Amino acid sequence: MAFDQLYREVILDHYKNPRGHGVLEDADASAEGQNPLCGDEVAISIKFADDGDTIDDVKFEGRGCAISQASTSMLMEMVKGRRASEVAVLPKEELLDEVGIPLTPVRLKCAILGLGVLKVALHRAKGTPLPEEWSALANELEFNEGSAGA
Amino acid sequence: MAVDAGAKLDVQKIRADFAYLEERVNGKPWAFLDSAASSQKPRQVLDAMREYYEHSYANVHRGVYTLAERATAAYEGAREKARAFVNAGSHREVVFTRQATEAINLVAYSWGLNNLGPGDVVVVTELEHHSNYVPWQYVAKRTGATFRMLPLTDSGELQYDALDEIARDGQPRIVATNHVSNSLGTINDVARMAAWAHANGAIHICDAAQAAPHVAIDVQALGCDFLAFSAHKMLGPSGVGVLWGRAELLEQMEPFNLGGHMIRKVRFEETTWGELPHKFEAGTSPLAEAVGLGAAIDYLEEIGFEAIAEHEHELTAYALERLSEIPGVTLFGPPPERRAGIVSFDLAGIHPHDVAQILDLDGVAIRAGHHCCQPLMQKLGVAATNRASFYVYSTAEEVDRLVAGVERARSLFA
Repeated sequence: MAFDQLYREVILDHYKNPRGHGVLEDADASAEGQNPLCGDEVAISIKFADDGDTIDDVKFEGRGCAISQASTSMLMEMVKGRRASEVAVLPKEELLDEVGIPLTPVRLKCAILGLGVLKVALHRAKGTPLPEEWSALANELEFNEGSAGA
Repeated sequence: MAVDAGAKLDVQKIRADFAYLEERVNGKPWAFLDSAASSQKPRQVLDAMREYYEHSYANVHRGVYTLAERATAAYEGAREKARAFVNAGSHREVVFTRQATEAINLVAYSWGLNNLGPGDVVVVTELEHHSNYVPWQYVAKRTGATFRMLPLTDSGELQYDALDEIARDGQPRIVATNHVSNSLGTINDVARMAAWAHANGAIHICDAAQAAPHVAIDVQALGCDFLAFSAHKMLGPSGVGVLWGRAELLEQMEPFNLGGHMIRKVRFEETTWGELPHKFEAGTSPLAEAVGLGAAIDYLEEIGFEAIAEHEHELTAYALERLSEIPGVTLFGPPPERRAGIVSFDLAGIHPHDVAQILDLDGVAIRAGHHCCQPLMQKLGVAATNRASFYVYSTAEEVDRLVAGVERARSLFA
């Protein structure tokens, strides 16, 4: 595999210039998570629009490998303005297609860390249970519910 | 095969014994720089195991037929090689386990749970692998003993002078330290730690998993009470390790695992335990693996530990020098004269997983992570490090490929 296949320009660009970086004051939902294997960390905060479902704004903070941070940055762009109820059941393939690089099982966990954190935040805010696929991952990746939105 | 003891190590001759080097990645063999996690295996070790399975295999010890006798002789022969390897006084003190981790757990459960209590102090170091940290933290909690950690200096070496302060927290009962750090390569003064332990009424357990591949081990000179190592880090197979312990301590201890082979007499009312070392070897042991360990010891001793240490020292010094020239590289650990063939470093702004993945694309294998040393990573202020480690088959050319890959990662992320 060539370097540019794995570390595509778009990945490096999102890593160096993350979109939606920061913390939202008075967030309606938030969560954080980390990958204990490599120490990747992501915290996400969300504000809903007046309809209580549209994601009006979403931001993340974190540190870790390029794959984890770039994929979370891409996720911010992907979900802003969409309905929370839709994003809560967003298949991970939609994000992975956007990331667009071949991933080994170890690196796959880096790539979907941000999505897992986002789902924890949304399901918590909506009072719905986390789908089984994600709750297993949540145990492994140490997702925590954020303090906001409680 | 290797050169005569005392002579310089002939790395090309050694490399011919390792099949993984036959594969080509972009026209080059693997640059395997992760031996500290687990080493590759020479044909001699694999042949010995195959020969055992094909021509000398049966369960050991009680069979009356020829194959069982052969199997027992080979298994006990491996024990004798392990005994001589650590210069133990008797084969009774040499227990086969699954690996160093199980050996340490054996002591933690059998000795620790039965001998520790409130007021006692369990001492580990900030440099320990989780295998010599978590079992002691656990038994301290279970027994109400105090758990203390000897801190490190900024160069990643033990602060020996902080020991006496720890002793003021209660009665030291056990001191657990490694011989060589798996993260930083620091070579620790085990004899000093053991002497301090004894002077303060404690016993000493030495985790030699990372030392056994690189330095000649002499339990009598070290003065420790227990010592653990794994075959898989020293050219042997996974699945077997060794616990050496002083016979008088092993005799007093309760068994760890219970079942077949470890008994003397089983009655409904009571069971009595077998003789050392069998008391600690319940069930069928890793037989072929033990034979493989014996072959690995033979292989290493034929090369000679002086030659091994010199070879690794040259590579380590070269790697430290080359890496230090790269802007953004932070090197962790002591100077080359006080470390084994392990180099841990950070590359500014690039997570170790990204560095390791970029190196992999060029066939260079390094480890990226916390190296089972989370307390140490906290101390260093990093989530993870990049770690390259060297062994008998490593070359300066592989170090050059490591350096080129790190440069490539830098320019990619620049």
